[in-house]
Amino acid sequence: MTSVFSAEGKNIPCTVIEAGPCIVTQVKSNETDGYEAVQLAFDEKREKSTTNPMKGHFKKAGTTPKAKLVELKDFEQELKLGDVLTVDIFDEDTFVDITGISKGKGFQGVVKRHGFGGVGDQTHGQHNRLRAPGSLGGSSFPSRVFKGMRMAGRTGGDRVKVENLRVIKVIPENNLLMVKGSVPGPKGSYLIIEK
Amino acid sequence: MDLMKVAEESFKTGVEIPEFGAGDTISVHYKIKEGNKERVQVFRGTVIQIKGSGNNKRFTVRKISNNVGIERIFPMNSPFIDKIEVNRKGKVRRKRIYYLRQLTGKKARIKEKRV
Repeated sequence: MTSVFSAEGKNIPCTVIEAGPCIVTQVKSNETDGYEAVQLAFDEKREKSTTNPMKGHFKKAGTTPKAKLVELKDFEQELKLGDVLTVDIFDEDTFVDITGISKGKGFQGVVKRHGFGGVGDQTHGQHNRLRAPGSLGGSSFPSRVFKGMRMAGRTGGDRVKVENLRVIKVIPENNLLMVKGSVPGPKGSYLIIEK
Repeated sequence: MDLMKVAEESFKTGVEIPEFGAGDTISVHYKIKEGNKERVQVFRGTVIQIKGSGNNKRFTVRKISNNVGIERIFPMNSPFIDKIEVNRKGKVRRKRIYYLRQLTGKKARIKEKRV
């Protein structure tokens, strides 16, 4: 993330994304696969660390091995095997949705994980239960813990979609896309950008 | 990280900013919008500190106006900066000369650096 000044002099927080070039490595159709979809590949990968079946798959599309493959449905334009998608398909001042895997936070309590308030007071006889979840299931009724009760556990590392991020700038020479605001995941992670 | 620089540089205003540091006296020509009119205001004072890096870099200028000390923070890459002039190079030992805030009158002078 960084920040840039707009023409009006406002300081805008923005994220820089390397978007493409993505290569179409497979086109799925109703006849052969039962549904319509397009498989896109991005980011170079060493030939040595590519398995033989995958090497054949990339050879079919006429490209070098790629690190990330993603299947997407409902493309507006017709794509053929080996087509290259670059950042040019995005326009400035339009809105995009971005999907990514959020940062892993490890085992977290209910206050961080579900936004519980914790116990209100630090004093007034209260002791060592400041961030506790409170009652779970009652003693006489219902005398059990309901399914899906929100408790402590692994947090983050989920698939998160952020909607309506404004495209500030498109730099086709370096395949860069700049959007306003933040996107899920750590630096250098993969994202899916949808128009 | 190289690509971050490419993205940041595409937003540069093209105004050449001269080299200056703490203790220097500079004039900042700042564009001000009033309704539809735009005019340039000059803020002349001593640079107290330079803070931040990259697109986030900013500097603080201090001046005494009507016996009241005024400090103003300018972002280095602000599109409102028309021009920056370095009027005088000052000889100071620190990067952040906050001690200047406590000094007034003759004591608040800074020696000129001989080049």
